Amino acid sequence: MDAFTTHTGRAVPLRRSNVDTDQIIPAVWLKQVSRTGFEKGLFAAWREDPAFVLNDPVYEGASILVSGPDFGTGSSREHAVWALQQYGFRAVIAARFGDIFRNNSTKMGLLPIVLPAETVEALQAAIEADPAIEVTADLAAREVRWGGESAGFEIDDYTRWRLLEGLDDIGLTLRHADDVQAYENGRQRWLPTTV
Amino acid sequence: MGRTLAEKVWEQHVVRRADGEPDLLYIDLHLIHEVTSPQAFDGLRLAGRKVRRPDLTIATEDHNVPTVLGPIADPVSKAQVETLRKNAAEFGIRLHPMGDPGQGVVHIIGPQFGLTQPGMTVVCGDSHTSTHGAFGALAFGIGTSEVEHVLATQTLPAYRPKTMAIEVSGELPFGVTAKDLILAIIAKIGTGGGQGHIVEYRGEAIRDLSMEGRMTVCNMSIEAGARAGMIAPDETTFEYLKGRRHAPSGEAWDAAVEYWKSLRTDDDAVFDTVVEIDASVLSPFVTWGTNPGQGVPLRDAIPAPGETSDPAAAQRALDYMGLSAGTPLTEIQVDTVFVGSCTNGRLEDLRAVAEVLRGRTVTARTLIVPGSMQVKADAEAEGLHEVFKAAGAEWREAGCSMCLGMNPDTLAPGERSASTSNRNFEGRQGKGGRTHLVSPAVAAASAVTGRLTAPADL
Ligand code: SF4
Repeated sequence: MDAFTTHTGRAVPLRRSNVDTDQIIPAVWLKQVSRTGFEKGLFAAWREDPAFVLNDPVYEGASILVSGPDFGTGSSREHAVWALQQYGFRAVIAARFGDIFRNNSTKMGLLPIVLPAETVEALQAAIEADPAIEVTADLAAREVRWGGESAGFEIDDYTRWRLLEGLDDIGLTLRHADDVQAYENGRQRWLPTTV
Repeated sequence: MGRTLAEKVWEQHVVRRADGEPDLLYIDLHLIHEVTSPQAFDGLRLAGRKVRRPDLTIATEDHNVPTVLGPIADPVSKAQVETLRKNAAEFGIRLHPMGDPGQGVVHIIGPQFGLTQPGMTVVCGDSHTSTHGAFGALAFGIGTSEVEHVLATQTLPAYRPKTMAIEVSGELPFGVTAKDLILAIIAKIGTGGGQGHIVEYRGEAIRDLSMEGRMTVCNMSIEAGARAGMIAPDETTFEYLKGRRHAPSGEAWDAAVEYWKSLRTDDDAVFDTVVEIDASVLSPFVTWGTNPGQGVPLRDAIPAPGETSDPAAAQRALDYMGLSAGTPLTEIQVDTVFVGSCTNGRLEDLRAVAEVLRGRTVTARTLIVPGSMQVKADAEAEGLHEVFKAAGAEWREAGCSMCLGMNPDTLAPGERSASTSNRNFEGRQGKGGRTHLVSPAVAAASAVTGRLTAPADL
């Protein structure tokens, strides 16, 4: 996974609520067996509309997405995270996230930042007023900063540490193989196997 | 203090607990399908890792498969299914391929084989894994990185979500189904209402549901944002499991049942959140918008955006759906009716459809897709397929089909469906398609009239 410490970049406001993962990456894109090339599918249906915010040239190159509440609801497809990252996003800010999307993001090094709805709106307004404004997502300080403003956000210590170090979860768990073995030895005999 | 069902199952699966770290949970059953697994197997290969417990893993082909006989025409879909076959063979995982009698939608085959049992942890790279919670299992959807993690370690690091009780008092009126109930619950608490929670559905109306109805309810927990949905196991659960291929038998059965009976929320346990619903006032429920929380009773009219909790989203949804506020739901014409999916693709659902279609004719294109090959065989043994065909509906092979339109079963742009599936998101059933979520009985009645209709109004 990519490590995430602090990132400064321009941002794009997405003034929609309930941005489900079917919108982030429609199902036809899920047929790929590789992990690359998903940027073309990001918001594929919405991008056909010339008025869609990602098509606005003033936001070209933005690397932070600032969305309405309930971002990433619906399907468990991690492809949504890959598509956002491959398009160039490093962080997503919203008042609420779908649980699975949020989990998937932290496994891949895309930082999901929860801020109160009013703060998100203020940030969106600031970006709309000046699309060139720089926004900093500072994981070390647990803080978002823009144009003299700042807002703290919560993230648990463990996830933060993993992100800061860019650590692979599987590697971490494999250090506890003995615990897993001990647990397995004590499982009930009636539990089913698939064989 | 007592513990909730969710807490009991969680605690039973903690492999390792350390301060400041998520719990490491053991996973009893890992379900796999072709869409969310290829990159996980690639990851294993890249790191030179093996599948720790292929014997706790089962794979099926469901999302991409055509529902008419014959090979997969789309080369990309075909490649994905072939990748699953190659991975299953290489890593020694049991696979039910297209055409196999055990094949079907991943959440239909687990319970059907008796692999989903009370008190287990079940995961799958699919958000509707919540379905398995109907057995009192802790079951939740995961992403591809986590699929790889479970393959490699048979565990998952996770923080315990909060607990929510949804207390459903009273009895569902005649003609009101599990689907209507869960749609009404989601409309009440919203698509984010369950976020960060494991929901336990409780109360008289829940206890009265069949296992199939319970699966319909738990299936859509994710549409309320919940991590998982659970129902305490009882005689209905045991009755369903007894004699299934992977259910315990003999002495093991007795020991298992004794344990399963302990899987109920203690009387003095406290939930973080409690929601109360009165089942006796419910009626057939449908969605009008583009998320599952945008629903109303079928006898109502489309609400004005200003009356909803999110007016901007409601207006956007109406624009997308080509609808206007104030229109009675029963005046909405549908082009296509889809019966199927892991929400409503089981035998009981097909029986409900047949009951309505018997002796009637459909006026809209009607696709009836059994959730598994076993469901198909059972339905045919009862002659349900004859009823469907006589009514002019199409009787198909098992798969996800028009639930998400990854196979050729899709809506055309602007086309409108009444669908027994679980998501009415923009473009879910095909780009530009418009979806109304309904129960199987309403789907069947709508197929007859060509507009959203309750069976009682036929
Ligand atoms: S039937 Fe639909 S919701 Fe269920 S697993 Fe298949 S695509 Fe997902």
